[in-house]
Amino acid sequence: MSRYLLDKFLYTVDRDPALVERYREDPAGTVEWWEAEMANRLLNCTDDERTTWLAFTDDERRALREHDHVTLFRMGAHPFLTLTLFIAMFERDHGPLEYQKAYGKAMEHLSLPYPDIST
Amino acid sequence: MAELAAVIASTHHPFYYRASTSTGADRPPFADEWVAKIERFRETLTRAEPDVLVMVGSDHFHQLWLDNMPQFLVGKAPFFDANFYNEEREFGLPRMTLRGEEDLAAHLLRDGLDRDFDLAFSNELRIDHSITCPIITLRPQADLPIVPVYTNIFAPPLPQPRRFVQLGRAIREMVESWESDKRVAVIGTGHLSLELGGPRQFGEHGPDPEFDRKAVEWIASGDIEGCLAEVSLDSLHAPGNATHGFMDFMLMMGVAGEGQKADHVDTLDLFHTMEAYFTWYPNGAPA
Repeated sequence: MSRYLLDKFLYTVDRDPALVERYREDPAGTVEWWEAEMANRLLNCTDDERTTWLAFTDDERRALREHDHVTLFRMGAHPFLTLTLFIAMFERDHGPLEYQKAYGKAMEHLSLPYPDIST
Repeated sequence: MAELAAVIASTHHPFYYRASTSTGADRPPFADEWVAKIERFRETLTRAEPDVLVMVGSDHFHQLWLDNMPQFLVGKAPFFDANFYNEEREFGLPRMTLRGEEDLAAHLLRDGLDRDFDLAFSNELRIDHSITCPIITLRPQADLPIVPVYTNIFAPPLPQPRRFVQLGRAIREMVESWESDKRVAVIGTGHLSLELGGPRQFGEHGPDPEFDRKAVEWIASGDIEGCLAEVSLDSLHAPGNATHGFMDFMLMMGVAGEGQKADHVDTLDLFHTMEAYFTWYPNGAPA
């Protein structure tokens, strides 16, 4: 399991307005493209200096494809990254704070200790 | 030597800018009370007549990322651009550019390294709302040069709480040993109990009002030892999953000093989180 790669997906999508829209509209296609093209890109190096070993597990791929923020939380994806990106994608479909409250309510069965988020 | 004109610790609520500038039906019912408290808080900095601001905050996965994560970092540059696309998108925060005070930044880096703090540095740092929120609340004209100091409260493994206190103490000594006639205010922002992306987020109050009550008491009375006796990296998970931001308050307690009572203390109980504002005048309150 790679919490780091989950976080890298959330981070790189969240900071790019076009990718936020693409992930909202086509999650399966975006996750497939991202893993092939972006997962092994070193963010502070030129494109030729690629990492050779980063890949999602099937469960991680599925959670991202299904916009499943509860499973991402259980996997230890950084909750701030998940929340920020999901607000960007879905707050617009709801009234003020409605989405944020529903997002928390979907996790009300979870209790301390929360999953480890260290990478 | 430079004079430490004020020490200020605050929460950094990214919604303040929008709440305080909204009008009509968009203006939340708590906005007027919030603005009144912020204006009183701002006056505590204005009265100190600072020339330079040391700004302690924490990057929220904007420029600093998990492929190269510093624990403590000093920004040394002539200018700092500020705020990112996702802060504009979610909070409506404006883009800003602040001047830097490179001489003080160089002093903090050299002196800090010599005091066994292995500080990272950045010569091209875009700062985020952990630093621009207190600029907006405390110095909205954004006219003073700054030295940003970033801490890692966000991406474990994190430094221990006592290390934040130690760095705060060192920052105070380093500011007071800076060969300058400038008046320096040290301003740091963090959180009380806070949950982000978990089941306890966006409640009627902060996730742990009892922790908030104790935290305000520790800070207001300068009870560093009492705070360190109860707070650990493990214990901070209990009040809310983003409560490690409280360690920036602990850093500011280190700047203010053991047993130093704050000259200004104010709080505001909001949905989702409690706001808290503290000012100390190390050399006595200005006239």
